[in-house]
Amino acid sequence: MSRVLVGVKRVIDYAVKIRVKPDQSGVVTDGVKHSMNPFCEIAVEEAVKLKEKKFIKEVVAVSCGPSQVTETIRTALAMGCDRGIHVEVSGKDYEAMGPLQISKIFAALAKKEEASLVILGKQAIDDDCNQTGQMTAALLDWPQGTFASEVTIDGETVKVVREIDGGLETIKISMPAVLTADLRLNTPRYATLPNIMKAKKKKIANMKPADLGVDMVSRVEVLRVDEPPTRLAGVKVETVDDLVAKLKANGTI
Amino acid sequence: MLLGKVSLTPALCTALRISPAFSGIQKQIGAAATQNARLYASSQAAEAVLDKQAVGTTTATKAATAKKAQSVESQSFAVNMFKGQINPSQVFPFPSVMNEEQTQFLQELVPPVSKFFEEVNDPAKNDSLEKVEDSTMESLKEMGAFGLQVPQDLGGVGLTNTQYARLVEIVGQHDLGVGITLGAHQSIGFKGILLVGSPAQKEKYLPKLATGETLAAFCLTEPASGSDAASIKTLATLSPCGKHYILNGGKIWISNGGLAEIFTVFAKMPMMDEKTGQMKDKITAFIVERSFGGVTHGPPEKKMGIKASNTAEVYFENVPVPIENVLGEVGGGFKVAMAILNNGRFGMAAALSGTMKGVITQAVDHAANRVQFGSKIHTYGAIQEKLARMTMLQYVTESMAYMISGNMDSGSKDYHIEAAISKIFASTDILWLFPVVCIQGSGVERVMRDLRIFRIFEGTNDILRLFVALNGFQDAGKHLKSLQKALKNPLGNAGLLAGEITKRAKRTAGLSTGLTLQGSVHPELSHSGNLAVKAIEHFGVTVEDMLLKHGKNILHEQFVLKRVADSAIDLYAMVVVLSRASRSLSQGHASAQHEKILCETWCIEAYDRIMKNVKDLKSSSTTQVFKNMKAISAAVVENGGIVAPHPLGF
Repeated sequence: MSRVLVGVKRVIDYAVKIRVKPDQSGVVTDGVKHSMNPFCEIAVEEAVKLKEKKFIKEVVAVSCGPSQVTETIRTALAMGCDRGIHVEVSGKDYEAMGPLQISKIFAALAKKEEASLVILGKQAIDDDCNQTGQMTAALLDWPQGTFASEVTIDGETVKVVREIDGGLETIKISMPAVLTADLRLNTPRYATLPNIMKAKKKKIANMKPADLGVDMVSRVEVLRVDEPPTRLAGVKVETVDDLVAKLKANGTI
Repeated sequence: MLLGKVSLTPALCTALRISPAFSGIQKQIGAAATQNARLYASSQAAEAVLDKQAVGTTTATKAATAKKAQSVESQSFAVNMFKGQINPSQVFPFPSVMNEEQTQFLQELVPPVSKFFEEVNDPAKNDSLEKVEDSTMESLKEMGAFGLQVPQDLGGVGLTNTQYARLVEIVGQHDLGVGITLGAHQSIGFKGILLVGSPAQKEKYLPKLATGETLAAFCLTEPASGSDAASIKTLATLSPCGKHYILNGGKIWISNGGLAEIFTVFAKMPMMDEKTGQMKDKITAFIVERSFGGVTHGPPEKKMGIKASNTAEVYFENVPVPIENVLGEVGGGFKVAMAILNNGRFGMAAALSGTMKGVITQAVDHAANRVQFGSKIHTYGAIQEKLARMTMLQYVTESMAYMISGNMDSGSKDYHIEAAISKIFASTDILWLFPVVCIQGSGVERVMRDLRIFRIFEGTNDILRLFVALNGFQDAGKHLKSLQKALKNPLGNAGLLAGEITKRAKRTAGLSTGLTLQGSVHPELSHSGNLAVKAIEHFGVTVEDMLLKHGKNILHEQFVLKRVADSAIDLYAMVVVLSRASRSLSQGHASAQHEKILCETWCIEAYDRIMKNVKDLKSSSTTQVFKNMKAISAAVVENGGIVAPHPLGF
């Protein structure tokens, strides 16, 4: 009966040049290329791999947002997930949506779907929060294996090798658990055209946060978004002595 | 306005610009075409193309369908423009043929394919290895790239022409060598099975071809038969037991020749001509498996460009081909060949529009960053002109590709002139794209080498120009013939004749004949629309003039045919961008104003070129120039080289 929930987030594509909106309320998203968050891709790949190794039976891809996120869910289906869930969030709720709301949704879904594992990307490349996995585990009171670079299932426990500042840490946690994927966990497969075709037949269920008893009210208000300061030109010097003199002159040493 | 009494007076004939002796001309063109069948593949192609409605239908309905095809008015814009008429149905509005499901599906396919070509495929490696890397080939097969247009129930992706074009564009943008490997396999290699294969043949061969388990190759060209495809010598003779054809011959320049398992082979067979009672060589198409035995191939040709694509000679020695493997009809092979080439042609324009896009991005990057004489070079007029020209060319090419694929998907069977135009256009002017680009090490030099072949294979551009012109003349000739018929019964055809007289009188007086694109073209583009209309009118008149002047000998007037074809290409290009820019304006795209400028600029220059061609064709000094060129050519041929002695005397 093992089922895995995988979260996939639709974000601005990593290769796009980000521009801040003139009113500084956020970044320009209209007409901009979007794709699945790279860490979510790694999470999907891991889940599908586990299914291929027969550790789990079903992989469910979940995304929260407006209708466009179904594209992202379909990509997950094309990579091998069995079915999808689209939690509809739009307008102001979508703009204000953050890890707190998402983790509440995932916690509710994990219970509803009786999942053994929730696998998420470690963070999203748009907000870089790195909170959703941790919050989800806390709300569920489940163990968490975050920044995973290796995952091994052994009966009812999971061995997770984690990437930490000092190196690698190996932990053993019991299921059900929340895992978040780090960069070196795996290399996501390319969706093949035949798989994309097959994915068209897979089901995507629709629901709203209210159906899960989740309130989307945000406790965070974005005041202003600025571009990073433009990099100033450097100054070239001829010798090391000149360099030292300059550094002394502007008070750096 | 009813005509009172219309009699066939000389005045009337002059007004209608028909010589009383015209009656035989159209017939003669047709006859000459058949007589000179081996002169140009194009003329047979024209014949084949007219009958091509019959390709793929059962024998019983063939005759009926062929007759019907010829009596129905053509909806093709190109066909009508040769008659000086405008049929906007296939060009306005710009076709938008995909339903929601197809659009969504395509949108899902583009990112993985793009990603693959950006991250996995290594064009430089493929080029230096002179083959597509094995791992890349495997991934392409897994990806489903080898069966894009095979129906889903036979294991393919089942794409429409428009969807196929969009993916082929991505391939063109990144690696033309891979593009040709894929195209030689599915765009021509096994396309015949898709178009005219029997259900049994489709079921037997398509599934493995779709997954790339077997590769396909198109085998038409021989050492002595390139453009003159009808002259091939590979022979197929029925075996004594009557169950096999025995194939003997050799093919040259075959893409995928060294890799393929399944070959579409064209061979001649002596057949009894029912009409004359004589034996005649007719071509038949066969599906040949390498496993039949007797099929060998030569080493890969060392080429300047598309090095990753395998090109080899293929030899057939007493190859036994079961009679079930005849593709299409016995003796109908030429039509099958033309149908295959015709059907795949739009893919070239699509691929090349992608190539252009890629090159332009590099050119822009270079121009925007390179500093010379104290300024970024894109601030200089010379560079600005180059960048602008590149952009316009890409816009036209892309517009043509998707207009044609859209027409094909809408069920049009009448797109052969437009397809030929798009192939010529995409492969000729692409050279404009190169001067400004930094050539070293950016992969652009490889692209430049890869592009040269596109003017040559799948119908050389020279032949295709003749094809465009002669096809156009044939239809225009028929129109004149029908007028001739009408003249025999003027009272019964009073309306038609009155219309024609009025039209011609107006044209002679330089007045507009009411031909208009108003209502089709966006109001902001009306000036350019008028240029197109004027060009069509002058073009139509020129076509008639040439027909009347040369009659059946127009077949031999290649200087004329080339200029007519070039004008036709420019005209179609004008209309295509008018359509696309109009749509952008109507839909309020952010880029609409930019596209408007592209369109207007293109139309101004295209109009000038067309008018120059029209003027040249009327002028006696040009006729003299043609004569002179003929003489120059004869002299150097006779001399085996340059004739004029060295200025230094030795």
